Amino acid sequence: MDLRGWARPMIFAVAWVIALFLLLPGLVTIPVAFNDSRFIALPQGAWSPRHFETLFTSAPWLSSIADSLGVALASTVLAVCLGTACAVGLWRVRPWLAGLVGAIMLAPMIFPPIVSALALYRAWVAIGLYDTWAGVVLAHTILAIPYVIIAVTTSLSMLDGRLEQAARSLGATPLRTMVDVILPNIRTGVATAAVFAFVVSWDEIVVTMFVSSRAVYTLPRRMWDGIRESVDPTVAAVAVVLMALTALGVLAAIVVTLRRPARNT
Amino acid sequence: MAKRPLSGEPYVGFLLPATLLVCGLFLIPIGQLVALSFGGLEAPTLRWYEQVAATDSIHRILLTTFRIVGLTTVIAVVLGYAVAYAMAHMGERQRLALLLCVLVPFWLSVLVRALAWLILLRNNGIVNEALLGSGLIAAPLPLVRNELGVVIGMVHYLVPYAVFPIFATMRGLDGRLMMAARSVGASPFRTFTDVYLPLTLPALFGAGLLVFVFGLGFFVTPAILGGGRVVMLSEYVSISVLQTLRWGLAAALSVVLLVATLALIAIVSRVTGVRRMLGAS
Repeated sequence: MDLRGWARPMIFAVAWVIALFLLLPGLVTIPVAFNDSRFIALPQGAWSPRHFETLFTSAPWLSSIADSLGVALASTVLAVCLGTACAVGLWRVRPWLAGLVGAIMLAPMIFPPIVSALALYRAWVAIGLYDTWAGVVLAHTILAIPYVIIAVTTSLSMLDGRLEQAARSLGATPLRTMVDVILPNIRTGVATAAVFAFVVSWDEIVVTMFVSSRAVYTLPRRMWDGIRESVDPTVAAVAVVLMALTALGVLAAIVVTLRRPARNT
Repeated sequence: MAKRPLSGEPYVGFLLPATLLVCGLFLIPIGQLVALSFGGLEAPTLRWYEQVAATDSIHRILLTTFRIVGLTTVIAVVLGYAVAYAMAHMGERQRLALLLCVLVPFWLSVLVRALAWLILLRNNGIVNEALLGSGLIAAPLPLVRNELGVVIGMVHYLVPYAVFPIFATMRGLDGRLMMAARSVGASPFRTFTDVYLPLTLPALFGAGLLVFVFGLGFFVTPAILGGGRVVMLSEYVSISVLQTLRWGLAAALSVVLLVATLALIAIVSRVTGVRRMLGAS
């Protein structure tokens, strides 16, 4: 008896059901976002864009968007610079050192967020970084560095190490080698790293809640308030905007990945 | 390469800025938190750990956390295995479409996902309204603000994390092994249970451990979908600090959470290796 005949289509069907379970729930925020009501509820006939108007005109939401963008951009730049240099270093130093430093650099990604949050809260209060823009940027940079290192390391693992040796044997300093030889070859990895770092910072909530209170109020924090108190339907409008951006980003990433091998051959 | 002194490592300087930042502003603060859990350096004490060991309510929190995370992990890994299997064996177009359906929620903000499930599962949420409207139930089902809601939200979050490592292993399998099994007379079912499953089991196990570790530290999803009635370890730690100001207890619980996480990660890296986790082949 050949199971293959019906087993495959059945597993594919199961996979599609699971995929829809993953994809569809997010869509329920759309009718709620367009609902003409002061509460988080489904429309009873009247649709309106008022929650989107609130999102893009009210001072608190606008300032949170600005805070999130500023923090994410600054911590992306910092994390990409420090993380890329570190990944290139890890690629070239001897294995025991790379193993040790690599393990240290992964810690902020592996440690439970609440543990990092408590530790950073106490430290930030002690050194005067608590509730400052610089403090939030530094915290996000630390959390993003592991993702940068992973993305750049993946890119470096596909690079021929002899390129670096050739540059060095011709007299280039490590810095010159980095700028003129290594960086041009890992551009894609660095770009991926930047996207990762930005998203890590843009979505971060647990550590942010502990290291800031009023001076910096990021978008996830305001969403958290809106959801927990369950009174502000503007969060549904934010959810719709974030969902649209995420879908566009993923589509763009898939298109870019599909095109690249075609261009190289 | 010949042995060189450390000064012969021209790239050490590249490591320094990031290492200094992470050591100075992350690991040292973590160390201070650990010290705090032992009552600080001046008056070392084990009283916070004794309290963790002796308090029934904390035992319940730990038990709830492990029960929810364990259940979530099993469900997420089984669902992830099915999706990965389909992805590894379907045509290119269908694979991309399925990948898109997994990637969009994977990248979507955790708050948006929790909000969506809250809207769906509340007493006056879409699921209950639909069931009430169709006359299938007389009163709203309790779908959220309980363990069920937390498990649903966490499974939804963690399935993609299970899919990707399992899929990578399945794609790397040598198809000739399955053909060989078939050619010596094994049924497709036998081929799956005796050849395919054992070959993918390490990936399944690795993915399960990663999902478990990740779930252990979950904060946002349980806090929103548990609605204060289901409190998991991370939320309890935050309550200890923010509401009852018991820093010593919070620090001790943090250390417990951290040690559990690191122990599980050590097992994962035994299986895959830190270098592999870093992406190097």
